Amino acid sequence: MKHYVKMVWPYVIWAALIIVLPLLLIILYSVTKNGNELVNIQFTLENFKRMTEPVYMAVFIKSFELGILSVVICLILGYLLAYFIAGFQEKVQNLLILLVTIPMWINTLLRTYAWISLLSDNGLINSFLEMIGLQPLNMMYTDFAVLIGLVSDLLPFMVIPIHTSLCKIDQSLIEASMDLGANRFQTFWRVTFKLSIPGVLNGVIMTFLLSISTFVIPKLLGGGQYTLIGNLIENQFISIGDWNFGSAISVILAIIILVSITLMKRIDKDEIEEE
Amino acid sequence: MRKHRIGQILYIIVCFTFFYLPILVTMIYSFNSSKSLTKFESFSLRWYENLFTSHDIMYAVWVSVSIAFLATIVSTILGTLTSIGLSKNRKILKEIIINVNNVPIMNPDIVTAIGLMILFSSIHMEKGYLTMLLAHIVFCTPYVITSVYPKVRGLDPNLANAAMDLGATPFQALTKVILPMLKEGIYAGVLLAFTMSFDDFVISYFVTGNGVSNISIIVYNMTKRTNPTINALSTIVILVIAITLILVNVIPNVAKRRKEHKSVT
Repeated sequence: MKHYVKMVWPYVIWAALIIVLPLLLIILYSVTKNGNELVNIQFTLENFKRMTEPVYMAVFIKSFELGILSVVICLILGYLLAYFIAGFQEKVQNLLILLVTIPMWINTLLRTYAWISLLSDNGLINSFLEMIGLQPLNMMYTDFAVLIGLVSDLLPFMVIPIHTSLCKIDQSLIEASMDLGANRFQTFWRVTFKLSIPGVLNGVIMTFLLSISTFVIPKLLGGGQYTLIGNLIENQFISIGDWNFGSAISVILAIIILVSITLMKRIDKDEIEEE
Repeated sequence: MRKHRIGQILYIIVCFTFFYLPILVTMIYSFNSSKSLTKFESFSLRWYENLFTSHDIMYAVWVSVSIAFLATIVSTILGTLTSIGLSKNRKILKEIIINVNNVPIMNPDIVTAIGLMILFSSIHMEKGYLTMLLAHIVFCTPYVITSVYPKVRGLDPNLANAAMDLGATPFQALTKVILPMLKEGIYAGVLLAFTMSFDDFVISYFVTGNGVSNISIIVYNMTKRTNPTINALSTIVILVIAITLILVNVIPNVAKRRKEHKSVT
């Protein structure tokens, strides 16, 4: 196998140029000002200071609230779904998991677009409500629409890792717990749930990462005025053209995610060490 | 116990409705003769005709498919070779590569996207098909490495050495011994890379230009108004993906069963 050691070099060069260099460029842009040319750079912390303005803080807080809310909803719905699926025979389980994964492979844009026809003012849900004699609801361009879009997009990312952890649990542990006098709830909480924590953390990390940085779903289902961190970055780069400020926001976003992932991984480790 | 089961089945059905209802509605209304999203007037293939005669959409389909193919081929080769080279490398280099490799996976798409956007414009590279392809290779390769590398670690290094002792060149040992043993990991990588590329919106959106759009970008630009042509496009994409996935999952099972059957008789 030693013969092939040299085969990593193309990727090392590639990664340095096109993975590491762009990161450095973002950092450089975030601490400089004056446009998109690298010729006359001036260092400044202005971009980061600007982020503390109430308008932008509100965007960060809103993104966090929505991100955490969608993770919590996905966790509750997803855990139940994974737990119930794990109770079936293996063949049925495989089929059900396949059904959970199929939507993941379908273009997110197309799936989000599909929600528009259901949620819009003259959409299917409202015409159904009218049919059974209820008031139509205004759902499009609200938090509710964005949450629906996010949860339906992210739920599979929660279900799959939790289901994988649940399947790994040795059934005899659960039987042992019952034999030793624990009731169903105690067994679930102290054995099953505890052993599925790695899957839960994986799911939480994935869904949080995706929800906090989303910008398509809020744009399509929340409307043009709906701004989350992702939309803020998009505006800076696409419409406003302030790449320096946009880069600073991205740096903060990347740091937030890095810190959250590290913290969650630590919980995982502590749990394992405890045992 | 039985009562429990009924509640569980109901819950699973509700969840699946939540997943599939929007998709189903899209598919049904793609055959609607009117533009309405609520009233199904009569069956028509009007939107499919629109779809196939729309130059923009057909071009976007071509861009999505061709980029997914090319990016998958390049990233599979690059990722597989790197994984094989990685296993016996010095520890420091190995750790650095694996950590850098995780960057595009862990970083939000939007950060990767603007990084590439800044990179391409600072070297004055014209944004378009090529930049999109390069960007797709950037985020596809790490997925190939994460699927292939664990398989490489599970390999017995003596096998490649044995092949070479018996007179195979390193290249022959690679293609005849090592690669066949990594088959499963490579297939998983191919599947992941292709779908990641085909599904991508965020990165493509930031690194493209000159009117080069993929399916996601064109949908994004068309959603300002309701446009049943997108429903027709969705229906085709969904059917292709669903059939592929079912085949990928069913064929190995059938083949296995046949083999078992043969070995019994």
